[in-house]
Amino acid sequence: MARIGVFVCHCGENIASVVDCERVAKISASLPGVTYATDYKYMCSDPGQDLIKSAIAEHNLNGVVVAACSPHMHETTFRKAAQQAGLNPYLCEMANIREHCSWVHDDHEKATQKAIDLVRIMVEKVRRNHPLEPVRVSVTKRALVIGGGIAGIQAALDMANGGIEVVLVEKEPSIGGHMAQLSETFPTLDCSQCILTPKMVEVAQHPNIKLYTYSEVENVSGFVGNFKVTVRKKARSVNMELCNGCGLCTQKCPSRKIPNEFDRGLSNRSAIYIPFPQAIPNKPVIDRDHCIHFKTGKCGVCEKVCGTKAIDFDQQDELVNEEVGAIVVATGYDLYNISMDQPNDKLEGYGEYGYGKYPDVIDGLQFERLLSATGPTGGKILRPSDGKEPKNVVFISCVGSRHNAKGITYCSKICCTYIAKHGMLYKHKVPDGNAYVFYMDVRTSGKRFDEFWRRAVEEDGLVYLRGRVSKIYEQDGHLIVKGADTLSGVAVEVEADLVVLATAIVPQPNIEKLFQNLGISYDEYNFVTEAHPKLRPVESSTAGIFLAGACHSPKDIPESVAQASAAASKALILLSKPELEREPLVAKVNEATCIGCFYCLRACPAKAITEKEIKNRAGEVLRKVSEVNPSVCTGCGTCVSVCFSNSIDLEGFTDEQIYAEINSVIERMSVIQQ
Amino acid sequence: MSEADQGFEPHIVAFICNWCTYAGADLAGTSRMQYQPNVRVIRIPCTGRMDPLFVLKAFERGADGVLISGCHPGDCHYGEGNYHARRKFAIFRKLLEFVGIDLARIQFSWISAAEGGKWVSVIEDFTNRVRALGPYRAYQEISL
Ligand SMILES: Cc1cc2nc3c(=O)[nH]c(=O)nc-3n(C[C@H](O)[C@H](O)[C@H](O)COP(=O)(O)OP(=O)(O)OC[C@H]3O[C@@H](n4cnc5c(N)ncnc54)[C@H](O)[C@@H]3O)c2cc1C
Ligand code: FES
Repeated sequence: MARIGVFVCHCGENIASVVDCERVAKISASLPGVTYATDYKYMCSDPGQDLIKSAIAEHNLNGVVVAACSPHMHETTFRKAAQQAGLNPYLCEMANIREHCSWVHDDHEKATQKAIDLVRIMVEKVRRNHPLEPVRVSVTKRALVIGGGIAGIQAALDMANGGIEVVLVEKEPSIGGHMAQLSETFPTLDCSQCILTPKMVEVAQHPNIKLYTYSEVENVSGFVGNFKVTVRKKARSVNMELCNGCGLCTQKCPSRKIPNEFDRGLSNRSAIYIPFPQAIPNKPVIDRDHCIHFKTGKCGVCEKVCGTKAIDFDQQDELVNEEVGAIVVATGYDLYNISMDQPNDKLEGYGEYGYGKYPDVIDGLQFERLLSATGPTGGKILRPSDGKEPKNVVFISCVGSRHNAKGITYCSKICCTYIAKHGMLYKHKVPDGNAYVFYMDVRTSGKRFDEFWRRAVEEDGLVYLRGRVSKIYEQDGHLIVKGADTLSGVAVEVEADLVVLATAIVPQPNIEKLFQNLGISYDEYNFVTEAHPKLRPVESSTAGIFLAGACHSPKDIPESVAQASAAASKALILLSKPELEREPLVAKVNEATCIGCFYCLRACPAKAITEKEIKNRAGEVLRKVSEVNPSVCTGCGTCVSVCFSNSIDLEGFTDEQIYAEINSVIERMSVIQQ
Repeated sequence: MSEADQGFEPHIVAFICNWCTYAGADLAGTSRMQYQPNVRVIRIPCTGRMDPLFVLKAFERGADGVLISGCHPGDCHYGEGNYHARRKFAIFRKLLEFVGIDLARIQFSWISAAEGGKWVSVIEDFTNRVRALGPYRAYQEISL
C-alpha cells in the first residue's frame, strides 16, 4: 500500500507569494495514497530536509513528492535526503511548482490549482515507482590518447606520471605535431624544438606509455570506463626491433624528389625517410607510394645497405586491440589553403591571391620552416622561387578566417601573435629588410602577448596597415600586393619579394570520421564540441572522452598544454575509482513476452541491445530475445516506444508510470462537468 | 464555439524531453516570463520515449490539446531519439487524420534549453489556438 508524503516548499517568497502552499498541502493530504502532507518555508535547507527525513521515519513513508523547484535543481538533494532516512532514493520525485508555476503565472488561484494538479500527477507516478539500485560498472585503469602533438604528449605524460598506463596513438611516423615544425615560440622566443624534444624523449622512455606511431584508431566500442579500441599499425616496411636508426638507408635511397611534408614542400626527401632529425621514434619509414621497389619491384637499395636486415618489404598493416577506461582526443589542427581544391564545398580558395600558384606566396608554417635552423635553408630567409633573400616581405592576417565569403567566420586566434613573431624574427635576420603587415584587427590577447606585439612595432619597426588585401599578382619578378590602408583612407600597393599568409586554423581533414566513431559531437567546422561551453570545457559530449588542444578550436601552445593537463586530470579522476555508479534509469526486457523482432535493437542510439539466445536444457536454441546491457544503456526510452509486444520498458519512466500521469493530468470530475 | 463554451479554459498536456525543452521551460521560469497556466507538463527522458498512444490517452482523459517538444534535430541528448520521434509522428499524423482526429489540437515543436522565450510563445500560441477551437468534445464523448 502506498504511504506517500508530500512536502510543499514556499521557497521563501518565490513560490508562496503566488501559490497558496498551505492549501496545496491540505488538498494533497486527501489524495489517494498520501499519508502525510505539509508545507515549509525552505525544504532544501537543513531543517527542511530534516523535516522530510523525520516524516519518513515517523509515518513509515514509502514514497515522497517534494513540490518545490525544478528537479534539475534539487532532485539529487531530496533523493539523498530520502536515502539518508532509509528510503530508496528512486522513490522520491519532485513536482516543479516554481520554474513551471509560481515564476511564470501571476494569477494566484490558477497557479494554486496548477500546483495542486502537478502534485497529484507526481503522487500518481510515485505510487508506481519502485526501488532501484545504481548500475555498477567496472573501470579499466588505462587511457588512450589520440594524437601526439604537444597536447597529446602533455596529456599522456600527466596520466602516465599519475600511475596510469597510457596508449598514445599518432598517425604520423613521429610524434611532435605542429610544434615540432615551429622555429621560435611567442611570446618568449624560446626555440620550439628545445622545449619540445625533451618531452618527446620522455614519452618514448616512459614505462607507462605504449606508443603507436604511424598508426590510427580504426574502431572504438564500449562506454565510459570500458572502451575497446582497435588500432591499425600501418606497415612501416621497417622492422622497428632490428633497426638501429643509423639512417644509411635514407642517404642511399635513389628516389629523392618527394616533397618533404615536414618542410611543407620547401625541400625534398627520400622514399625511405625519417621525418625530421629529432623524430621519435628516430627510425625510418618507407613511403610506399614513392618507393621504386613498391612501384616496379626493382631497386631494394635500402635492403642492401641495411646492416641489421631491418627492411621488410612484406610487412603488413597490423590490427591491435586495446582496452581503456578513458580517452583523450588531441588530434590538433591543419591549415586552410588558398587553392582551388577545398575539402568541402563550404570553403572557397583565393583566386585573388593566385590560388597558390605563386611560389613566393607561402603560409605561416612554411615561414616557420624558413626561420628554423633545421629547416630547408638552415635558418636563412631565402625565398622559394630563386633562393634570394627577400627585402620586402608582406604578412597578411585573417586569410580565410573571419571571412564569411570564404566559408569561415571564426577568428583563428593565434595568427596575430605569430605574425608579430614572424615580422620580428625576419627583421632580426634581415635588418635592412622591410616587413609590412596587412591586418583587420590586432588581437593579441594572452599573457604578455600585447607587449610582444608592441615590441615588434616599436623596436623592430614592423609597418602595420589596416585593411584587407584585395589582390596579389606577379609583375617583373615582383609580387604586387594591392590593398587599402583604411585608417588613412588611401589605396596601397606594395612591391613584395615574399608574401606570408596567415591562413585559418582548421581541423584535420576528414577528422569527423574519427569523431563519429568515438560518438562525440563536433561543430559545423569539425572542431570537437565541449560538453558545456563554460563549465565543462575539456569533456566531450560522451562520458569518458575528453579533449585537448587545437582539435577543439584554434589554440596556442600554453592553452593546449593547460587543456591537456585538465583533460588528463579529468581522466585520472574517472580512473581513480574502483567502479563507476550510473543512474539505474535504464531499459529492461520482459523475456517471457519478447517476440524477438529486434526493432529495439535497431532503434537504440546507444547500441546497448543485443540478441540473446534462450536455450533448453539440452543447449538447443529455442528462440531469441533482446537483452539490454545496463552499463551501456543511456535511458532515452526509444526502444520502449518501438516495441510491438510491450516487452521492453524504461525504469523511472515506465509505461505504467506515464499512463498514471496522463490519467491524473486532469481531474476526472472537471472533465465530466465540462 | 457555442455560447455555453464562453469562458472555456483548455486543458493542455505537454510531453517534453528532460534535456532541452524541460530545461527551456525552466529557463522561462528563471527569467520570470509569463504565460497562460493551462499547460500540464509530463516529463519524459527524450522524445524518443514518446509513444503515440500517449497522445490518444491524453485526449481520452480530457485534454483539448497535446504538445510534444524535444531537442532540435541534431541536438538530442541521446543522439537520435528525436529523429525516431519525428518519423513516428509523421506517420501517426496520417493515421490520426484518417480516423478523424483534429490535427490542429496536436503540436510538435523543438525547443532548446536556451529557448525560454520560444517555450512561452509556443505555449501562448497553442493555448490560444485550442481555446478558439473550443473543448474537444468529439473525442471525449466517445471515450467517456
Ligand atoms: C604558423 C604558426 C605559428 C605558430 N607559432 C606559435 C608560437 O609561437 N607559440 C605558440 O604558443 N603557438 C604557436 N602556434 C600554435 C601551435 O602550433 C599549436 O598551439 C599547437 O601545435 C597545438 O597542439 P596540438 O597538440 O593541439 O595540435 P597539433 O600540433 O596539430 O598535433 C596534433 C597531432 O595529432 C595527430 N593526429 C591528427 N589526427 C590524428 C588521428 N586521426 N589519429 C592519430 N593522430 C592524429 C597529428 O598528426 C599531430 O601529430 C603556431 C601555429 C602556426 C600555424
Ligand atoms: S533528449 Fe531531447 S529529444 Fe532526445
